[in-house]
Formats: sequence, C-alpha cells, structure tokens
Amino acid sequence: MAITRYHPVHALLYLVISFLAMAMIFLSLGAPFVAVLEVIIYAGAIIVLFIFVVMMLNLGKDTAQQESAWLRPRVWLIPALLSLVLFGEMATLLIAGAEDEMQIAVVDPKRLSMSLYGGYIIAVELIGFLLMAGIVGAAHIGKHPKKHLHRFLEEKEMGEHEINI
Amino acid sequence: MTPIGANTVLVVAAALFVLGLAAALTRKNIIFILIAVEVMLNASGLAFVAAGAKWHQPDGQVMFLFILAMAAAEISVGLALVLQIYHQHKTLDVEDLKELSD
Repeated sequence: MAITRYHPVHALLYLVISFLAMAMIFLSLGAPFVAVLEVIIYAGAIIVLFIFVVMMLNLGKDTAQQESAWLRPRVWLIPALLSLVLFGEMATLLIAGAEDEMQIAVVDPKRLSMSLYGGYIIAVELIGFLLMAGIVGAAHIGKHPKKHLHRFLEEKEMGEHEINI
Repeated sequence: MTPIGANTVLVVAAALFVLGLAAALTRKNIIFILIAVEVMLNASGLAFVAAGAKWHQPDGQVMFLFILAMAAAEISVGLALVLQIYHQHKTLDVEDLKELSD
C-alpha cells in the first residue's frame, strides 16, 4: 500500500504501518533488540525526516494530481510484470529447497553487542565513518547557496533601479 | 511459540523487495523513489535477520544494524539533495532533471 498512494503523506503513513509489521516479524524471529531499533529509527527518525521534507516542500494536492496523471497502467504494467517474473524465480528457488522448521531462539542484546564489539569492531568503526560522512554531506548539500554581492555593487544596482523608476 | 519455516520468511522478504523494486522503477517523484528504496533496504534486512535466526547466530542482526545505519545516512543525504533540487528546479519529476544526461 505504501507504494501505490498518490498523496505523499498517505504513502508515509502506510510506510509506518509496514515498518511496524516488520518489527513484529523481527520479534517473532527472536530478535527483540532489532525490533526495537526498527521502531525507533525507521518508524521514528526516518519517517520524521520524510515528513519534514514533505512539509518544507509543501507537497499537497497538486503532487497527488500529478502522480495520478503520471501513474497510468501503461506506465507501470511492464516494470510490474518484470518484477513479478523476478519474484516468481525467487519464490520457486526458495520453495524448491527443503522446508525446514526453524527453532526460534531469542538472541538477547548481550550476545548481539558482544558480537558487535568483538568480531565486527572494524565494521562498526567504518559505519561510524559512513555516518559522519553522511552528516557532513547532508549539512553541506542542504546549505542554502548565498548570493555574495559586494556592497558597492549592491548599492550601485539599487541606485540604477531607483534611477530606472 | 509455533516454529516458522525459514522459507516463509524469505518469501516475504522477496515479495517486499519486488514491491519496492517495482515502485522504484515506475514512480516519477523523487520522494516516492526514496520511499521505495527504504522498502527494499528493509526487505534485505529482513532476509539477514531470518538467516541469523535460522543458525542462532547474532551476525544477521549485526548486519541489520549496519543496514540501518547505512539507510539513515543515505536518506539524510538523499533528502538534502531533494531539497536542493527543488530549490533549483521547482520540480521533483525525474524526467525534467536532464542536465546530467548531455
């Protein structure tokens, strides 16, 4: 549902539902820590970012009308068919294998963090680099480009403007 | 707790990934494309967690944490780019943004 709505805010709300359902799946797979992180970071932080941008860009009814005009069946039919073929291949590959029942064992956060800061310490540092680069990049890109005018030039422009008036 | 087949979870992850892929291919608004990318990342994380749960190892969850951090960084940079594009071009249609294709 998150991908068929025309209105951005409706799509975001369905995306929240999808994230919450995913968190429930994680909980039933014995991963409570990951489920909590999914709710906090995905359904919390990332959705807030999206909603913030939608608010700043003031996307509303116009966008919804544009989307509904763009999204005709002729447009989405062929990619949807190709994706469906891909899904069929993956599903047959998965079903062709022997179905084995998983024994669900809860992996508690202690084991997770022992593994995270034990064997994966290099990867943790690398992901720290990545997050830092993301912050710096977002701050740099999101900065408004300022128009730098020398003050003499500015006065001159204003003077010419007044003269023209 | 009733046991769940590993294949069932993987089929769910594949379905989510395919839905996200179809949406990313068909949508024209950049924000919807970013949403679809989020869905696809989520599906791959689900596959990782299912594999980790099958072998009772925490490695799958570690990988999901990395995917989470990567998604957060990606979405922040992507939304900053969206803001910048909107300020410069006043549109979010990917077919109107053709300056790089010359």
